Amino acid sequence: MEYERPAFPPSPKPAGVIEQRTPEHHETSSPPVASQSTSSCDVQEAGQPKLQQKHPKQRRKGWHWKQNSTLVSMAIPGLLTLFIFAYLPMFGIIIAFKDYRASQGILGSAWVGFQNFFYLFQTDDARRIVFNTLFMNALFIVTVLVASLGIALLLQEARQSNTWLARFYQSTLFFPYLFSYVIINYFVFALLNTSNGLVNHLLMGLGMHTINWYASPQYWPVILTLVNLWKNAGFWSIVYLAGIIAINPEYYEAASLDGATTWQKIWYITLPMLKPLIIINVLLSIGRIFYADFGLFYQVPRNVPQLFPTTDVIDTYVYRTLTALGDVGMSSAAGAFQAIVGFVLVLGSNWLVRRTDPERALF
Amino acid sequence: MRLLATQQSGAGTMRGGAFPQHSVRRIRPSRLVIHAFLLLLSFLFLAPLILMISASFSSETAISQYGYSLFPRSFTMAAYQYILQDPSQILTAYGVTVTVTLIGTCAGVLIMALLAYPLSRKDFFLRKPLSFYVFFTLLFNGGLVPLYILVTHYLQLQDTLAALILPYLVMPWYVLLLRTYFAALPRELIDAAKIDGAGEWRIFFRIVVPLSRPALATVALFCALVFWNDWYLALLFINNSNLVPLQYLLYQISTDITVLQTSSQAFGVQVPALSAQMAIAVLAVGPITLAFLLVQKYFVSGITLGGVKGD
Repeated sequence: MEYERPAFPPSPKPAGVIEQRTPEHHETSSPPVASQSTSSCDVQEAGQPKLQQKHPKQRRKGWHWKQNSTLVSMAIPGLLTLFIFAYLPMFGIIIAFKDYRASQGILGSAWVGFQNFFYLFQTDDARRIVFNTLFMNALFIVTVLVASLGIALLLQEARQSNTWLARFYQSTLFFPYLFSYVIINYFVFALLNTSNGLVNHLLMGLGMHTINWYASPQYWPVILTLVNLWKNAGFWSIVYLAGIIAINPEYYEAASLDGATTWQKIWYITLPMLKPLIIINVLLSIGRIFYADFGLFYQVPRNVPQLFPTTDVIDTYVYRTLTALGDVGMSSAAGAFQAIVGFVLVLGSNWLVRRTDPERALF
Repeated sequence: MRLLATQQSGAGTMRGGAFPQHSVRRIRPSRLVIHAFLLLLSFLFLAPLILMISASFSSETAISQYGYSLFPRSFTMAAYQYILQDPSQILTAYGVTVTVTLIGTCAGVLIMALLAYPLSRKDFFLRKPLSFYVFFTLLFNGGLVPLYILVTHYLQLQDTLAALILPYLVMPWYVLLLRTYFAALPRELIDAAKIDGAGEWRIFFRIVVPLSRPALATVALFCALVFWNDWYLALLFINNSNLVPLQYLLYQISTDITVLQTSSQAFGVQVPALSAQMAIAVLAVGPITLAFLLVQKYFVSGITLGGVKGD
């Protein structure tokens, strides 16, 4: 397993695991993280590996049950909340196969088989929302990865000359992550609003034609990508920076002795060492590629119908057909389609993760 | 990236590794370029916020004439005067948000920790099935329609505070995160307490909770952020204007400033719509900005707080 300080060859810890060496994480961090504790466990019980598993069975049965029943009672409020707000809706997927009538309830409504799905896939909407969801999420995955890796590398360079400033950049870049999409909508509107927006005023200043942004769907994939980058790049650069910091410095020392340039170190040490983390993150995002960020796609384009060709995604479609049109059938069919395909994708991507790095797989 | 490549090759004295104490005293030009770039990027990331604050202090005519700008052309408090003239609606929204955030965060962290603790105990006979029960909700969910019908039709929770809290009360990701953290606490402490005759509740509150303060603080922070920023549940379940949380009020105002029922409308005074919107947005982001400045290290540690497994 892992040791506190590997001599050679040094193995990078999976990022996400806090590295004790990093000064900014020092006070707040939590040394007892899973991987370390399991390793210490292994060391202690190396001689008698089966002991811990037999442990509870050696106790008297009555004590065992009483102790466990207390533990069960602790868990009950949480289990119950999950049952009501996560499991009951899962069973509610059957609504997609029914002709739902509020007066008859879910169970009382008549079964209609795949009819709702047939209606859904006969419309142009289905193709559009599936394409937009996949296309925009793919754009987001690539741009966030490239930008946050780039920022993390720059932050790492900056840390070496001025730690204080590097921390300032890190906080500032993370800052937008705190805003809700309602607030972000205000920002974007101040920039893009046709008559008063900053961008159009800049365009006018440059003697160019102003653009009616909220009526021009062709620009929105770029706009939403930038907004998504602005909100999330800081978050992910912290994740990757933690990964970079966890790389054993001896690699870099050895490379320096051999006269490697900074660029060579990045290309031959940093990026290869980050590769497992990058692969895992990308695979996990691919597992979620069927789920769009409702806030981003609902708030930022302000629900303007002219923008739907490029901004309407499965999540916004489900919401709109349910609340504005009151069409439970179509809406639940789209939702069920998303849940089932999404589930298959999560399983698939986790299977891939487990093949590349079982330690990082979700299950 | 090409900037980095221009660094001189004989960088024998420089360490690429993670030793801030080895910081190089002489500043290279390439380093300056990196700092300049990051500084510019930081400015770009803050620019929308500056734009918003500036607009809230601008006069309505300046905005409609010159557009939004990074610095107010004419400094005025008119927008704030307008919205604070009759602040009852904003105060109500603030009250709803604060109540929901407080109750939701406290109850949520308690319930999640109480759920995570048994799952962290290797001698708990239901550990595996219950962990899977929690974990599965991350993989699969019923989506909006069943939840909507459940809350409005079966539970009849629309227009209650409970509808703003309960759906977000237990977030499986944080349960598993806490479980990982609890599992790493030294087992000997729990065993010793048990030998001294302490019950499970006592062990949890007297030993596990105090030792897990950093993890609990981080989870509480992220929960509070979720509740503070939420407008989605209000969009789905709230019609009563007395139960509108701040973010949802902002959402309503963004499309129609007249949602704000201040007295000046009755007198036909011109509504400073553009700047007033921004002023309310400033009032909404103020607390979260302050909170962030105070506790940002917990945010950073929360992001890197270890992996989550669902076995």
